Amino acid sequence: MARRDGMVERDGALTLAAHGVLILGVAVMVLPVYLAFVASTHPGADFLGGRIGVLPGPDGPANYAALVGLGAPPPGVPPIGPMLWNSFVMALGIAVGKIAISLLSAFAVSYFRFPFRVTAFWLIFITLMLPVEVRILPTYKVVADLALLNTPGGLILPLIASATATFLFRQVFMTIPDEMTEAARMDGAGPMRFFWHILLPLSRTNIAALFVILFIYGWNQYLWPLMVTTEASHATIVTSIQRLAATANQEAPVWHLVMGTAILALLPPVAVILAMQRLFVDGLTETEK
Amino acid sequence: MQAKRVTFPNKVLPYLLLAPQLAVTAVFFLWPAGEALLGALYAEDAFGLSRQFVGLENFAALARDPAYLEAVGVTFLFSGAVAGLSLALGLLLALAAEKAGRLAGLYRTLLIWPYAVAPAVAAILFWFMFDPNVGVAARALRGLGVTWNHFLDGRQALLLVVLAAAWKQVSYNLLFFYAGLRAIPRPLIEAAALDGAGPVRRFTAIVFPLLAPTTVFLVVVNVTYAFFDTFGIIHATTGGGPGRATTTLVYKVFKDGFEGLDLGSSSAQSVVLLAIVAALTVLQFRHIERKVQY
Repeated sequence: MARRDGMVERDGALTLAAHGVLILGVAVMVLPVYLAFVASTHPGADFLGGRIGVLPGPDGPANYAALVGLGAPPPGVPPIGPMLWNSFVMALGIAVGKIAISLLSAFAVSYFRFPFRVTAFWLIFITLMLPVEVRILPTYKVVADLALLNTPGGLILPLIASATATFLFRQVFMTIPDEMTEAARMDGAGPMRFFWHILLPLSRTNIAALFVILFIYGWNQYLWPLMVTTEASHATIVTSIQRLAATANQEAPVWHLVMGTAILALLPPVAVILAMQRLFVDGLTETEK
Repeated sequence: MQAKRVTFPNKVLPYLLLAPQLAVTAVFFLWPAGEALLGALYAEDAFGLSRQFVGLENFAALARDPAYLEAVGVTFLFSGAVAGLSLALGLLLALAAEKAGRLAGLYRTLLIWPYAVAPAVAAILFWFMFDPNVGVAARALRGLGVTWNHFLDGRQALLLVVLAAAWKQVSYNLLFFYAGLRAIPRPLIEAAALDGAGPVRRFTAIVFPLLAPTTVFLVVVNVTYAFFDTFGIIHATTGGGPGRATTTLVYKVFKDGFEGLDLGSSSAQSVVLLAIVAALTVLQFRHIERKVQY
């Protein structure tokens, strides 16, 4: 018997239609990336004649080698290596930073009673309503005043407050039996010891799931790095792509390199999501619900 | 908001634990938001030399500004189209995945990864497909007699950013709809089937109503996404144009403040957006509370 079909009729035509819809869906999802990949394997001159079709060309290895800095540096295209590194540092910093400060604040509001506890909770809650898009200019001014423009700190710090992560960890902590706290206190373990040796190990699945989501969130940031990184050497790969595409449109025939860059920009987060699919799916539905 | 029943007695430690989060919140969130609120009440010249209190004049000016009203229209059209399209496709794919039996997991893997693609990167991929000179899709459209040039045609530009934004969001909706479908009690569907209800009738009478909480949640999330997370899509492709055809509210805040240096107006626009996010957040939390009672 089919796993979930029970008494419902097994309609062959319906199942076939379902597969058809899914295959079409996969095709639509893959198509833009596939075409980008095809473009990245052709010589630049091919684009002028409109000769790029749907089959890969012979220049893939050469194009990617040029992008990562091996072989002849392409004109008008900055080296990709440093940009990938900048993106990686930003994504890692945002993910680790958000998780660290949220774990600490969730610990504070769950395991201690102190004046202004609820006030602190509401202050954290308010950050939900202040996405960077709404406070662009004044935040930029603060970061400029603190001399954090073109630094990793300037990229990372303004994005790491997290109400969602704090709520999530508080929820996790609330499910941990009080007996554990009592036992720890009886053994003379202080709060930080309890935090390191009991709470952190018990929350590691949630931490890992959140890390996957936040790494992707960090890697894909656009507006904020665009404003804070005014020097090319600090630019992230996602923000650089727009400048590259503008070049391809107006001056040099570099679409093959633009698409190569796009592939390199989307590969790391896509690899993370595919490698940690289960964590990601569970994490997403838990954080957002 | 409750604390644990068993807590630690420390008096100072909790403040130290909260310090990093509260410091970041105060310096990079509350202070700038306060500045925006205050700045909205002043008119400042472009060089920042003089500043004059104007009360609510900046807001009144927005309400009179045809460019702002146009951005409101564009934002609603854009958000509605993105949310509608990605929700419909997400639901369709989730329903299909439910019927796919053992292959559902494989399809899910093949369908969820666009979530990880940056909006700006997705936008560049779509630009390339639809580029009037080199794009495969533009060439195909030409074959069908449609002249595509999103650099000149405002409606085509809007359609392009809608497609890119929706493409990226389908996987998210699919995941939540799929989870919602799996949570529907199987006997309910079986009983309806025994009573002779066909697949369409079962969907409209049972499945869709039971998915309502998921749908409401997703509508809010999708509208929030379309409002705030699509800046990169617009900036990387159309730059708000041609004309003002793809200038959304968020894009306009950026353009007026960062490029036009009209701080008073930009702050007032930020405050309006703030009110919108606040409303969306409240809606989202209302929904979560209701879910808890189910």
